[in-house]
Amino acid sequence: MSDQAIDKQEFNITVYTENQIGLLNRIAIIFTRRKINIDSLNTSPSEIDSIHRFNIVITESEEVVRKVCRQIEKQVEVLKVYYHTNADVIWQEMALYKVSTDVIAEQVSVERLLRENGARVVVLRKDYTVFETTGHREETDALINILQPYGLIEFVRSARVAIIKDSEGFNSKLREFERLEPGEDVIENEYLNQGQKVFTM
Amino acid sequence: MEVANETLTAPAAQEKAAELTGSEALLEALIVEGVDTIFGYPGGAIMPIYDALYDYKEKINHILVRHEQGGIHAGQGYARTSGKVGVVFATSGPGATNLVTGLADAQIDSTPLVCITGQVFAHLLGTDAFQETDVINITTPVTKWNYQVTDATEIPEVIAKAFYIAKSGRPGPVLIDITKNAQIQKFDYKGYVQCDHIRSYRPKPIIRQQYVQEAAVLINQAKKPFILWGQGVILGSAEQEFKAFVEKSGIPSAWTILGAGAIPTDHPLNVGMLGMHGNYGPNVLTNDCDVLIAIGMRFDDRVTGRLDKYAKQAKVIHLDIDPAEIDKNVKTTVPVWGDCKETLPLLTALVDKKEHTEWLKLFNEYTQKEVDAVIHDELNPTSEEMTMGEVIKQLNELTNGNAVIVSDVGQHQMVACRYAKLNKTRSNITSGGLGTMGFALPAAIGAKFGAQDRDVIAIIGDGGFQMTLQELGTVMQTGINVKIIILNNRFLGMVRQWQELFNERRYSFVDIQSPDFVMVAKGYGIEGKCINERKQLVDALKTMMNHNGSYLLEVMVTKENNVFPMVPQGGSVSEIRLK
Repeated sequence: MSDQAIDKQEFNITVYTENQIGLLNRIAIIFTRRKINIDSLNTSPSEIDSIHRFNIVITESEEVVRKVCRQIEKQVEVLKVYYHTNADVIWQEMALYKVSTDVIAEQVSVERLLRENGARVVVLRKDYTVFETTGHREETDALINILQPYGLIEFVRSARVAIIKDSEGFNSKLREFERLEPGEDVIENEYLNQGQKVFTM
Repeated sequence: MEVANETLTAPAAQEKAAELTGSEALLEALIVEGVDTIFGYPGGAIMPIYDALYDYKEKINHILVRHEQGGIHAGQGYARTSGKVGVVFATSGPGATNLVTGLADAQIDSTPLVCITGQVFAHLLGTDAFQETDVINITTPVTKWNYQVTDATEIPEVIAKAFYIAKSGRPGPVLIDITKNAQIQKFDYKGYVQCDHIRSYRPKPIIRQQYVQEAAVLINQAKKPFILWGQGVILGSAEQEFKAFVEKSGIPSAWTILGAGAIPTDHPLNVGMLGMHGNYGPNVLTNDCDVLIAIGMRFDDRVTGRLDKYAKQAKVIHLDIDPAEIDKNVKTTVPVWGDCKETLPLLTALVDKKEHTEWLKLFNEYTQKEVDAVIHDELNPTSEEMTMGEVIKQLNELTNGNAVIVSDVGQHQMVACRYAKLNKTRSNITSGGLGTMGFALPAAIGAKFGAQDRDVIAIIGDGGFQMTLQELGTVMQTGINVKIIILNNRFLGMVRQWQELFNERRYSFVDIQSPDFVMVAKGYGIEGKCINERKQLVDALKTMMNHNGSYLLEVMVTKENNVFPMVPQGGSVSEIRLK
């Protein structure tokens, strides 16, 4: 057990899918069936019309992640699944913070702290101000701690979005998928290749 | 007047010729897909489909079952013997939820099914309407694909996808939920086009010649190679390709219970059954072989026993159509993914023609040990009471191995799988992965509809039979000819066996009472007989086989017999016990 715990790390799972009602559930139950907690889940339309992109973050060993990814890719409406460690992706989360405008106006230090943390104003009202910042978890967390003494009224953070460093995009792959006989470079089990990099896109 | 009427209505009728209701479009789709039999049960939310079906009676045979679970198991039996997609109709709510066990069974055993469920009107979805249930979400984990149709115009395309998905790649069950408004809705029907491609779905992995070559090198170098085959050989209709591979390579081959029959029982290279109650040699020698070649099987835990002591000495070649199966349970040395109908000939071409005489002899030595310790006494008992094994042995004499054997779940299933002689593929119909008691009677009905020229014999325990015995009504009404053998040991035998071996004989709720099964059968107009003496057995079996129509034979067998050999749960395959 302890060995497995050491192997566990955050993995970023990227899933390209059709836009289909019920698919979120089909993907989610692959995790819940194995009692795996989803740390973060983002789904939104991709750069390609009609194709959706999921970004899922879980903390697991690579072996578990690989098996889960194969199960996801097996779903009829899933085009492609990739998984990456944090080192393989550029990722961001966005956070919104609501604080009293009076406090901002009166306490110069707050404005300075916000600027130091790369936050920008989204809404400025007489009663409250909403700031936004993007970054890694620790960065958005840090700003919570900073604002807490000044009466942080409300806070919300988005799921993680991640760009794959090695990726050359999905457009060309999609064209292959639309063909009856796709080329070998896009076949779904390429990550079974032994002795090669786990994922090549 | 008449003439005038005709001229008025004719153009209108022509325009309307292309207008169909959703229900009619569904049935047109089924006809193009070659569906000849539907197993179903009507109800409120599927009434428009049944109304349309009334006009299709000549084209499609609808079998009215007695419970939707019976319907779906019948669909499974039909699919398993015919190789076609089983089609099942059920209404919304309880009708749909009654399908769940069969869906789970078909999902884990890769059985192609298309289930159509009625659903409440689309505008009532989510209102807790009468007989509304969220069937899509209930069935998502147990279907290969499911979809809710709320607009009739979707029906042709969705049904085409359903059949394509159900039967292609690794087959599985598909459920299509159709709201009542879509069944009634008329639309401009533009014909039905079968589906052959879905861009997000790759039914067959592309074969990599490199891995085929690597596999051939391993096989050619092997001193003690061993083949394990599963249902994938049958699902891929690759029996001939498989036989050619086995015979050229000369490799001893053992089967999972769903793979049984892909090559005949008495083939010299067929060394027997794998798994917890499989044969002695195949289990022990799994941990002795140097190259393990798994073909269309998924290393179920009932086959592997304890994984960290499973074939650790061997290089593993895994042929499978489903990439998710590679490395799932057993680490593969060479994954030969692809349809085994295509990969096996490639591999056969590259392997050397060989005879592994010494190695095969070792299997035969283990067989002899098993005969001495278990099989001889099971098949030729000296006890006063009959054994399950001797019933199967006598049955083999009469069928000569040509019948379809449908078994339920439990001790009798293991005995039937171990001892039934199978000459042909698609002859061993049983619930493998899910272990669904109650499977056999309805599955046997479906199996007979799927293979009407063959004898179909259901072998069922006294427990399992009582789970779905209402399907005797289906037997009665259809007049179908299935033979039913109840092996009655007056216990839930497999659980009792475990309680005896592992729970100090604490027989907790396994003592099951049964009705007079012969009288129950008579109530349905089915002939039957109960026997409890060995001297009656052969004649009773003959009477059953020769009877014109269905027949129920209840055989009273030893109460506390155990199925051996046995790999204790959590034990290694080489720790298999002979007693």
